[in-house]
Amino acid sequence: MIFLNQILQGIFLGAYYALIACSLSFLFGVMRIINLAHGSFIVVAAFLLFVLADRFGLPPWLGLILVVPVMAALGWVLQVLVLERSLKGGLLVPLLSTFGLAIVIDNLLFEGFGADTRSLAPAIGDLAFASWTLSDDVTIGQLDAIILLAAIVVLGGLQLFLAQTRLGRAIRATAEAPDIVGLIGIDARAVYGFATAIAIALAAIAGAFLGLRATFNPYSGGMQLLFAFEAVVIGGFGSLWGTLIGGIVLGVAQTLGAFINPHGFLIAGHGFFLAVLIARLYLPPLAERLRRRGRKAVAA
Amino acid sequence: MSGVGDLGVERWTPRAAVFVAAALAVLGGLAFGPALFSAAITERLSALFIYVILAVMWNVLAGYGGLVSVGQQAFFGLGAYVAVRLSAAGISVYPALLLAALVVGGLALPIGEVMLRLSGGEFAIGMWVVAELAHLLVNLDPLVQGETGTSLIALDAFGAAARRADTYWAALAAMAFLLALVFLMLRGRLGTALQAIRDDDVAAASIGVRVLATKRVVFVLAAAGAALAGALWLATAITFQPHAYFSVQWTAYMIFMTLVGGLGTFEGPVLGAVLFFIVETAFGASGVWYLVGLGAAALGFALFAPRGVWGAFAARFSPRLLPLGYHVVLPAGLVPALGKKGEEQA
Repeated sequence: MIFLNQILQGIFLGAYYALIACSLSFLFGVMRIINLAHGSFIVVAAFLLFVLADRFGLPPWLGLILVVPVMAALGWVLQVLVLERSLKGGLLVPLLSTFGLAIVIDNLLFEGFGADTRSLAPAIGDLAFASWTLSDDVTIGQLDAIILLAAIVVLGGLQLFLAQTRLGRAIRATAEAPDIVGLIGIDARAVYGFATAIAIALAAIAGAFLGLRATFNPYSGGMQLLFAFEAVVIGGFGSLWGTLIGGIVLGVAQTLGAFINPHGFLIAGHGFFLAVLIARLYLPPLAERLRRRGRKAVAA
Repeated sequence: MSGVGDLGVERWTPRAAVFVAAALAVLGGLAFGPALFSAAITERLSALFIYVILAVMWNVLAGYGGLVSVGQQAFFGLGAYVAVRLSAAGISVYPALLLAALVVGGLALPIGEVMLRLSGGEFAIGMWVVAELAHLLVNLDPLVQGETGTSLIALDAFGAAARRADTYWAALAAMAFLLALVFLMLRGRLGTALQAIRDDDVAAASIGVRVLATKRVVFVLAAAGAALAGALWLATAITFQPHAYFSVQWTAYMIFMTLVGGLGTFEGPVLGAVLFFIVETAFGASGVWYLVGLGAAALGFALFAPRGVWGAFAARFSPRLLPLGYHVVLPAGLVPALGKKGEEQA
């Protein structure tokens, strides 16, 4: 049963990874850009919520009402000042510019807030540790349940938005053919602006849960980027529900790794990610060869 | 097109010959460094040589191979770690540094086999994952004792002055060797293939350039170079604390140097390393703001001056200081109608 509990905790952790990963995957799907400052934006949102809670006593749930629009506006600025120019510069420039931006953001946060580790958990009282006990070994944290629910709502909402709304369809059309959508009256630049605003607003939600379920400091962004990226790659780029599955698989791998060895949490996560990469490269050709051999055997 | 028959192609211009001779003379002069300079300057110059190696190696990868990696600290850290391990196994210190670079180059072969199949952004972060994993695995080694780290104890056998001089010479020799290697590589067939891949890898493949095989060579060279830099850094710092070597900051430095100097040029990263060295010497003490400045400079150059200082300078004045490109020599009296279009940039 302890084992079952580990898997369950891994699933909840994976829901958090899906939350931090969906905007990375979304932005890549629309603009073919991997935003290396993605994790840093998540941490910026966490710090904004921390300031609102710490200084003004605003609980994170209410804080999000303020922080989400602010982050969306930051996303728009990011698109206008950095990404738009980067896109014109070829394949390497978006990586280099967003990496430079991440260094700037992380160190500005350090300048402003120092090296202290923070958490939003004190701002939500009992909810941070309240749980339902299912049996002696199996417990479900109430916050964990909220995170899983939030992940499903955010991913489902994003899916619905892309499928059903006018802007969503414009975003998908622009993702397919940015040079051509102008012919049907879509302004690709404006669509990119909206898409980046949405992605960074989603990062704000991710930032809230980063702060609620764990601790963060100004340099936490890099690790969030890596986890988000691993979830996206394991689940398959461009598929939102794949991202949820990828996140959950990553979370389960990490909790099982931690179960086996105290150092195992991160090693198992990174190792599993690389194993997936290797399997994806070498299994399809191998399967193809086996299938051919099978066909030959049948023909003979 | 009358007169085409009179056109010549040249590599060695008189100016290039003078510049190469001058560069060799400077390198030769630097060899007397430990006898001429104070201890502090000798140590700082050793650091500069290591920066040049890092910049040149990252440029080989990104500038010519078109591979942006934010995980080169993996090889920097592994180079230092393998050097510690080899030294603990009884191999004398300075050969261990070189051997460490070769071992890490060998390790890079299977890593590249997987990572090189990833596309741009995936390769970039994928390498960061590799670096994190390498860091975590090195921490497991009892010799390293986790983040506590260890030291290159064997260096204690040398006196402080001898150690300083030997490390200086090792760094200088490594830098000169790698510069020469990259220089010869760029002049040869591989260099032509690399420059074709740099400009457009799909087009390069279509005219028969073996893109993956070429990238493999570049990846392993960049890994071995970064490992040599890491091993040399260990020789200057003596202590090995994993988080200091596997920090993503090293890649930030590499990106800064290469971008500011000039991505995809031979001279650019060397210039960038010198600029970084000056900036670090002047502002390094100001801590966080210095790092903000480095990030902002990388961001600014990527957006507004992607060719860097050297690239902009070369485009304007075409100094042709090195015999890397080919230059069309027009017969006397024939005025080029296309301005500088007739030249191929190296």
